[in-house]
Amino acid sequence: MRLSELTKPVQDHAYAFLDEASKRELRRKILKGICIPGYQVPYASREVPMARGWGTGGLQVTLTLVAPHSTVKVIDQGADDSVNAANIRRFIARVAAAKTTTDACEATLIQSRHRIPEERLLEGQVLILQVPEPEPLRGVETSSAAAAELHADADYGMMWLKLYEQMVRYKRIIQGASYPVLVGNRYIMSPSPIPRWDVPMLHQAAHLTILSAGREKRLYCVPPYTEVRPLEFDDVPYQIENVDGMVCFRTGATHKFMNELPQEDGSSLFELSDSGYGEKILTETPLGETYYDSEGRFYHDGYLRQ
Amino acid sequence: MILEVNNLSKHFYLHQLEREVHAFSDLNFTLSSGEFLLVAGANGVGKSTLLRTLYRSYKASDGLAWYDSRHGRIDLVRAADVDIALLRQEELGFVTQFLRPRPRVSAVELVAEPLLFAGFEPAQAEHQASAALEMFGLKRELWQAYPTTFSGGEQQKVNLARALIQPRRLLLLDEPTASLDVVARAALRERLEHLKNEGVAMIAVLHHPEDAAGLIDREIMLTSDLPPDAGFLEPEVAYVA
Amino acid sequence: MMATSVNDLILEPPRLVKHTPLLTVTNINKQYGQVIALEEVNVELYPREVLGVVGESGSGKSTLLRMLNLEENPDSGAYHLEIPSYQDQNLFELSRFERRQLRVKQIGIVYQNPHLGLRMRNSSSGNVAERLVVAGERNFSRLRAAAKRSLEVSEFPVTRMDDPPKNLSGGMQQRVQLAKAIALKPALLLLDEPTTGLDVSVQALVLDTLRRLQRDLGIAMLVVSHDLGVIRTLSDRVMVMRHGRVVEQGLTDQVLEDPQHPYTQQLVHAKL
Repeated sequence: MRLSELTKPVQDHAYAFLDEASKRELRRKILKGICIPGYQVPYASREVPMARGWGTGGLQVTLTLVAPHSTVKVIDQGADDSVNAANIRRFIARVAAAKTTTDACEATLIQSRHRIPEERLLEGQVLILQVPEPEPLRGVETSSAAAAELHADADYGMMWLKLYEQMVRYKRIIQGASYPVLVGNRYIMSPSPIPRWDVPMLHQAAHLTILSAGREKRLYCVPPYTEVRPLEFDDVPYQIENVDGMVCFRTGATHKFMNELPQEDGSSLFELSDSGYGEKILTETPLGETYYDSEGRFYHDGYLRQ
Repeated sequence: MILEVNNLSKHFYLHQLEREVHAFSDLNFTLSSGEFLLVAGANGVGKSTLLRTLYRSYKASDGLAWYDSRHGRIDLVRAADVDIALLRQEELGFVTQFLRPRPRVSAVELVAEPLLFAGFEPAQAEHQASAALEMFGLKRELWQAYPTTFSGGEQQKVNLARALIQPRRLLLLDEPTASLDVVARAALRERLEHLKNEGVAMIAVLHHPEDAAGLIDREIMLTSDLPPDAGFLEPEVAYVA
Repeated sequence: MMATSVNDLILEPPRLVKHTPLLTVTNINKQYGQVIALEEVNVELYPREVLGVVGESGSGKSTLLRMLNLEENPDSGAYHLEIPSYQDQNLFELSRFERRQLRVKQIGIVYQNPHLGLRMRNSSSGNVAERLVVAGERNFSRLRAAAKRSLEVSEFPVTRMDDPPKNLSGGMQQRVQLAKAIALKPALLLLDEPTTGLDVSVQALVLDTLRRLQRDLGIAMLVVSHDLGVIRTLSDRVMVMRHGRVVEQGLTDQVLEDPQHPYTQQLVHAKL
């Protein structure tokens, strides 16, 4: 009997790029993250053929979860067709032999940078958000060790102080993207730089959200049907971006999150930030239910106080 | 009987000089409500020291001082510090000739302060404080001024008003009349007489016993069997507050 | 020599004062390597009382204060506060989380160095508000009103309530610390050299605020200082510490005017 008969033949790469040991570690860390909603779990961030800061955290999670029967959608700031999104999507398809799509309703895995699709995600779907800075306390506490203690003690006075200072100085909350949220009434979490428009979509969502920061080597999760509340004073309600009067020049859609396209004459055009949703309107594909209705009211009745 | 002093002794020991300084020893006397006791004796014989020992500013070396407080009978020599603090707040008064003024605290506030500590309403405390200042003849325009800038005589009026504003059962008077003008002296005498009639017991050291003429019921004489300069070390300490 | 010289008169336990002490510390010991920081230290503080702790640097007074603020544990000893739901609890046995709860609501502290107690770049009102937020207040208007009230009580000029402490004078910074410390009306207020480093005139004003606050709010205070003037102005009783031991204690005027222990005599006369 020879040694080669006892061992498997050497392959030039593993399924879905990451070796099985790495994927197993990630799966364990994801499970831990799901068990402790909003808690940042450290993991051994691997090298992937992409520079740190370009979505390596999200990519590693996607590669861990992807299977031949998966359908993958990749979003970059709402768009499916940016160079970054297209490259990541093609890479995943090549190393995992998975299907790809731009339709949020069809996808089983959605890797996204800075947006959540307008169409309501359902049970069984997984949203993977790329995170540049996972630590919501970074701005108020520079030491990671000290921040970890603050999380452990749920000592979030400084976060509230930050909001208080904004109210004193600007008479309103100026925090835009990465608006801090309290997950499961326990941990304060950065929802990644999604606009304030998207934050309510995480609350009591049917889908699983995994947020992963490759450079910072930490991931955290929002399991389905979890409380996710933006920090707000009782008498200063949380506000989403105002999209009143904005009409998508391609689709005619209103009351959805828009990109502003400045024109040479000083005016602006608007287009849907969620390109997959716009494409569906243009091709008259049946649309899924959206988080915001045609009046701009949020799906969860009464969640947003106007 | 409100006070019964048995074999009370006091001496100071100065460690640096390794020297004992004698004040008095084996004092015995009693005092009843409404009684006025004058402590007499030559300079440096330990008259002030006796008052301070009874007030517990000085720690007695030996002996007993049974005081009949509203809360029960207690030995002032060995009572716990917190008990003495309580008695000082409610029953024991000490009147010196020195005021400890504080910056930006007006005369009225200074006089009203003991009442505020005792839980009086601010308006009521101020009203009583004004009446007390009136009585000791402090000029009205000085009431809201800061006593830090006052002359010695004026400070003394504020001091007396403050020291005598609360009802006391036992008053220790340490030369309260020094540096007082005639008007204030008369006012003090009148005030003391009133208190005496109300049943307040008093022990006084007076430079001029005639200031309290007609009030004094008894007198004890302190004598020293030590060299007359022994008292010079009595620590008359003033502090910066 | 000592046998005849030291006043060995022993005081009785309290008989007139009936209530139990608010704070009781029993037999604290603490050693850092070979250095004894605290040895058999006992402290009792009664409601509404102000206790002074004097001693030079290295006497253990700051270590004691850190322990009373639950920042540090002794090697042995117990610490009790007579407040609801903590009565029979040795506070040194509390978890870090429980300590934080207790400190936020029941223990206020003013440090000599305002950097320890304040966020210098945040607004002064925000510094006060933070404590209220931690205690659960989530209403901006109420936070602001409460912060303002607390600053007012500390005699801080309200027109400057949104200035960051870094732009304020030393005396004003101490007032912000004080406002923060009393914002939730704690049972115990700890003062660590609260006026050291201030101009003499400013010092007098801050001391006056402290006295008035203590009188009006009836908070029990423990003030640590090497400055006998501060102790004299604020405290009812005083404890003198040296080399980690309490060498003498008594009524403030008694300790300062008729000190018994050689060290206290030296300390008092050095002040002259």
